[in-house]
Amino acid sequence: MASLDPADNTWQPWRLLAPSLTAILLLLAIPVAFIAVYSFWLRTATGADVAGFHLDNWIEVLTDPFYRDILGYTVWVAFATTVICALAGYIPAYFIATTQFKHKAFLLLLLMLPFWISYIIRTMSWINILGSSGIVNAALIWLGITDEPIQMLYNQGTVIVGLVHFLLPFMILNIYVSLYGIDRNLVDAARSLGCTGWQAFREVTLPLSMPGLAAGSLLCFVLGAGTYITPLVLGGPTDAMFANLVFDAIITQLNWPLGSALSLVLLILLGLVVAVYNRFAGMNQIAKSFG
Amino acid sequence: MMDETKRYERLLERYGNGDLERRTFLGLIGAAAVTAGVTGGPIAKLHKHALAATPDSVRFDGWGGVVSEAFREYAFKPYTAKTGIEVVDGTFGGADEYISRVKASQPGEYNIAHLSGVFDYVRYDGLGLSSELNEANIPNLANVIVALQDVFRNVTGGKLSAVPYDYGTTSLAYNRKYISDDEMKAKGASILIDEKYKGKIGGWGEWKTRIWYGALQTDQNPNDIKDMDAVWDAIRKHRDLALKYWSSGAELMSLLAEEEIYVTEGWSGRIKALQDQGHDIGYYDPPGGLGWQECLFVLKGSPMEACEELLNFMLEPAVAIAVAEGQNYPPALDPTKVTLSEKVAALPAFDPTGTLSGLNFFDPPYWNSNEADWSKTFGRVQKGY
Repeated sequence: MASLDPADNTWQPWRLLAPSLTAILLLLAIPVAFIAVYSFWLRTATGADVAGFHLDNWIEVLTDPFYRDILGYTVWVAFATTVICALAGYIPAYFIATTQFKHKAFLLLLLMLPFWISYIIRTMSWINILGSSGIVNAALIWLGITDEPIQMLYNQGTVIVGLVHFLLPFMILNIYVSLYGIDRNLVDAARSLGCTGWQAFREVTLPLSMPGLAAGSLLCFVLGAGTYITPLVLGGPTDAMFANLVFDAIITQLNWPLGSALSLVLLILLGLVVAVYNRFAGMNQIAKSFG
Repeated sequence: MMDETKRYERLLERYGNGDLERRTFLGLIGAAAVTAGVTGGPIAKLHKHALAATPDSVRFDGWGGVVSEAFREYAFKPYTAKTGIEVVDGTFGGADEYISRVKASQPGEYNIAHLSGVFDYVRYDGLGLSSELNEANIPNLANVIVALQDVFRNVTGGKLSAVPYDYGTTSLAYNRKYISDDEMKAKGASILIDEKYKGKIGGWGEWKTRIWYGALQTDQNPNDIKDMDAVWDAIRKHRDLALKYWSSGAELMSLLAEEEIYVTEGWSGRIKALQDQGHDIGYYDPPGGLGWQECLFVLKGSPMEACEELLNFMLEPAVAIAVAEGQNYPPALDPTKVTLSEKVAALPAFDPTGTLSGLNFFDPPYWNSNEADWSKTFGRVQKGY
């Protein structure tokens, strides 16, 4: 029989947490520690690494405007993607949350459907949509709107389109969870007190759905800023994002120490974003979306 | 290493005698379990697999697709049937990606790789990953073009860590609907920086190729560049005019076939495949155009005899010709010693003399000595700097 003395149960939470903490330690903390150690090593001309404690990589990453500019570009693309996802995702989330359609689960299933297809395939599908001989250009030429294909691919716009395509379900899901939890009586009460439909939405529904919007925005921003495939497939020569720099350093230049420093910079930046979010909104909303 | 059962019995005995506290005993048992987990058990099994020293299997990594299919059909199956040694057939997306995997692996985990060019041969040697082949075990090596062997021997002190396997060129591919043969010949490599084709130019996003063509566009010898700033400017100009840097043969073919781009440099085998599909794509080898060779490299720590036997299988004329026809690149076999098929003789870059004197290759010492600086600078120029 369990003891009722609180002192005897001091270690109980730790015992229960042990499996999770072990997983985090082995799968996250130790690998990140390895990366941190690597970031202080140096690469030789042959590609071999020299162990030691050298600040060269960090000085280069933190002082070179090249890295700062690409980081700024990455933040901008992730921010633009997040805003578009928020605007485009609210309406379907609102519809799914408020519809009287009896097969609501089916609508949620449709939301998850894109995840059944490889992310790379989904990204490459835009080549067949926006390419010179893609569906859009074929339609424009057939309608007589243009004589020649319009160049729509391989620029910042298509990178953002690809990211929105990838991240929109995350946004919709988070907003949906938030909207679904709102007591409909509050909206009815607002209407009975004289609010128009729009006023009720603006004063009641929207504020109460903000936690979901914020959680979706956090996920979209973090995932968008860490993307590597989308700019590679849909971007032009100058549309590289920060993760592409990590790839270049580690794979192309075989400079693992520099790549480690770069990846830690991205990790710290995104960690700060998560910390700020957690300070003001809390992480429980994200847990709800996946729970 | 002390047997773990005996270690446990000794600890139990000390605990039973009262020499150890219960907490200490359990702690030591736990530590022993961790030790067993790390140095034995599943990790030990992985280690055994990684070494592949017992020649029950040899790991081969290549580019996948039709090349791997040809290898499987004509080399791996008969090799396994004769020797009983299984060939573990892996693929990689690019030489850079593969060297990272090898660098992170244990010796012997990877055995044979179908690598690009002399440049990689030097890189692997520089990382201490090269082996030493016993050529007596590879009699078919006698049929291989001597010029292709010599560049490897020069790197590894007269010995070989790899056998040459095929060769090709990276020359100019263009859509004949928009660019005539005469215009291409007149402009040569400079067509890649011709503003007339802005937005319809492509290029491989690989630093060596970009610098090579930058040197040609500035009338310099790619193996002895005097004005590197001019080369970077040419690369920047190409970047600003290009629609996209392609990163794979499939992407190269797609961009040309879909008419997203009209001109790019391209791999001879891939362009031949496009031509065979009916696309009106021209292929022009400009003065100083780039040639390259591929090799079958045996990595340090591999089961050498088993690997050498497999290499000999792969150099069998029937196998090498079948692979060449499959991938559209001429084999490294000397046409003056081995009768090659008509299809092989019609492949782009094929040299009937077996001397390859008409092709220009990367000079390994020159390019490898500049790798760290140039690859890093290209990474920046490529992204708009």
